[in-house]
Amino acid sequence: MTSDGTWHVGTVVAARPLTDTARSLTLSVPGFTGALPGQHVDLRLTAPDGYQATRAYSLAGTGSDERVDLVVDEVPEGEVSPYLVRDARPGDQLEVRGPLGGYFVWHDADPAPVLLVAGGSGVVPFLAMLRARRASGRRAPFRLVCSVRGPLDAIGREEIDTPDPGLGVRWVFTRQVPAGWSTPPGRITAADLTAPGFGPDDGVAVFVCGPTGFVEAAAGLLTGLGHPPARVRTERFGGA
Amino acid sequence: MGVVTRGFGGRRPEPEHQVPPGQFVTDDFPVLSAGPTPDVDESRWELTVRTETGEGRTWDWAQLMALPAEDVETDIHCVTHWTKLGTTWRGVSVDTLLADVETSAEFVMAHSYGGYTTNVPLQDLLGGQAWVAFEFEGEPLEPVHGGPARLLVPHLYFWKSAKWLRGLQLMDDDDLGFWEQNGYHAYGDPWLEQRYA
Repeated sequence: MTSDGTWHVGTVVAARPLTDTARSLTLSVPGFTGALPGQHVDLRLTAPDGYQATRAYSLAGTGSDERVDLVVDEVPEGEVSPYLVRDARPGDQLEVRGPLGGYFVWHDADPAPVLLVAGGSGVVPFLAMLRARRASGRRAPFRLVCSVRGPLDAIGREEIDTPDPGLGVRWVFTRQVPAGWSTPPGRITAADLTAPGFGPDDGVAVFVCGPTGFVEAAAGLLTGLGHPPARVRTERFGGA
Repeated sequence: MGVVTRGFGGRRPEPEHQVPPGQFVTDDFPVLSAGPTPDVDESRWELTVRTETGEGRTWDWAQLMALPAEDVETDIHCVTHWTKLGTTWRGVSVDTLLADVETSAEFVMAHSYGGYTTNVPLQDLLGGQAWVAFEFEGEPLEPVHGGPARLLVPHLYFWKSAKWLRGLQLMDDDDLGFWEQNGYHAYGDPWLEQRYA
């Protein structure tokens, strides 16, 4: 699915905090025809004096029935994300273009095992993939590795930890572990990315999403384990 | 004016510099790459220019360094909406690389280590508009940003400035590169906001 470039009017219909800095937003967007899991949209906001700003956000759901599900994490000193996380409320209007992006996508008919590696809010497109997998009724083996600073930063943890046949989840806490956690905090390692059925010889499709430094580290570990670079799809945000 | 977003607009930056439509200025240098960053050592780096008849010319790293280089100061514009102002680069002009190449081709496919491709009309790479860049802000270009050498075509969206450049294939007919096959515009003029196909 690709966009024809049209800006659609979107109206906020629901907003729910997920962490101290992240919020899920649901928009009603007449004319939005749905997306593939992993795609993103452009949002355009217009101030009363006509000033506009545009940003790209990953979709947290594939948005059938003219709804767009977003999860926005606040970028400190940002211009748009603080508005979306702190100020936007049901009834507010903005514009939506998309879906966009034809590469960082998962097709629910693909039976290959899928390894998803998320840093922080990089989990958002993977929420769309998990939801699409559940909705399809197909059971491609999935493994999701989520690296977060601490339990309070874990976007969608409840949903991710809900048992789902064929889905394995591993949490990596880099600064602070939950009470009773058996391992100390630390950065992601090759061991976190290794699991039976998800090795380089298993025909795995690998997706990595997160801040640039995280993606560089994780993608380097994955190619070091022998995953073919052409099977490792990446999406980065932030500077390097 | 159509839609107005209630309560939005309080954090806008000071307008100091004109940027293309839909862009915002950042001091960061974000990274857009479809896959892992390839490890390309200068000792095995090569750049090949191949014409539409199949004739090729190859430079290794020492040969590239021996060519006259230029300092370039330019704004860069990424399709993901960020613009970075006043970036400084050093590299060899594509005019220099193509000076002795005989061709009647009108299009070029840039090829990268790692398999990335992007298509650019030949005339957009000539006339002092494009470089093979190997320094950024006075330092060797980092791998994450395309080092050891990347194409620099700053008047087009930055996905055209192929990282980890290894070849320029001249073509009689236009063809689509990687992102161009995945939804991005075939040409990509930021001032015309040619983001998507």
